[in-house]
Amino acid sequence: MRESIIMKIHYGTALGAVVLVAVHVLFRITMMSYGDSLQYENVIANYKFVPYAIMLELILVLLSVHGFNGLRVILIELKQGKSYEKAVTYGCLAAMAILIAYGSRTILLTSMGMT
Amino acid sequence: MANTQIAEEQSSSEVSSKTVTLKIAKFNPEHDSGTQFVDFKVQYERWTTVLDAILDVKEHLDHSVAVRYSCRQASCGSCGMKINGRPRLACFTKISELDSDVITVEPMNNYPIVRDLVVDLEGMFDTHKKMKPFIINEDSEITNTKEFLQTPEQIEEYIQFANCIKCGLCNSACPTMATDSSFLGPQALTQAYRYVADNRDKGKNERLKIIDESHGIWRCHFAGSCSQVCPKGVDPAMGIQLLRGYLLGFRK
Repeated sequence: MRESIIMKIHYGTALGAVVLVAVHVLFRITMMSYGDSLQYENVIANYKFVPYAIMLELILVLLSVHGFNGLRVILIELKQGKSYEKAVTYGCLAAMAILIAYGSRTILLTSMGMT
Repeated sequence: MANTQIAEEQSSSEVSSKTVTLKIAKFNPEHDSGTQFVDFKVQYERWTTVLDAILDVKEHLDHSVAVRYSCRQASCGSCGMKINGRPRLACFTKISELDSDVITVEPMNNYPIVRDLVVDLEGMFDTHKKMKPFIINEDSEITNTKEFLQTPEQIEEYIQFANCIKCGLCNSACPTMATDSSFLGPQALTQAYRYVADNRDKGKNERLKIIDESHGIWRCHFAGSCSQVCPKGVDPAMGIQLLRGYLLGFRK
């Protein structure tokens, strides 16, 4: 994949994450007091509300893609070499996939009431 | 009146002849383990440049000081070095403007040292060549006896970037180049923009492909130090951002 496409995804995920995290924070402070919104029942209720669960899933994907690409960029700037860069790229992709899979599992199980 | 002023300036300059300590970095990679600074006391006038002072040391105090220079008028880009911690052209920096009693001269960062103040610029010239620094256009001015006319606005798009003298100060000041040895660098990227923005050129896609790689244009963090140190007033940081515009689809 061309670097410009990767960086377009990088900038896009940053913008998307800022918007969705802002919505998430606004939900926390406008629906009820911030402390109450973090009560166990209210958190579980958020997961069971499907549109909200989808938003959480989107935040997870956006932040994972952005964060791991950022890490890849930092690591290839620190050290160079064909095999090293290949290992960094695939390592970051694998770590990103594992994090998304693990986070999605949590969102899915909680929204289906399997807690 | 004018004569009196000139006479006064001349007499004041005679009085203002001062002494400065020139600390020169000495290092020969073939047999030295590290850089050593050697101090020399040199006299200077208002108009004495750092290069003049180094050459004075070389002529009278230490013949072994290695320094590269040629035109002495900021045109050839040979005498780039770190002067009091900042990359500058030695021929274009007057001692009096540095406002310091100690002048430290070192080789530029981010280049292999050949000896003392001389660095190997081969890497920079290689990336410069990689950018295809020439007009790519099948319609030749020579074979078709046709002029490529340009409006002042079309020239304005790239002309400041054509002032680059390949001195390498921008690459030396670049923080990305300090860690990423494969980074193309502000000099090469600016030259890519210079030709991409030239309306006579048809090689835009070729050049954009060259710079759009993992150690290419996207590794610039826009620190802007390249633009700060350029002795010719080129703004590489802006050139890089304008070049990014083509890749992001903001510019055609």
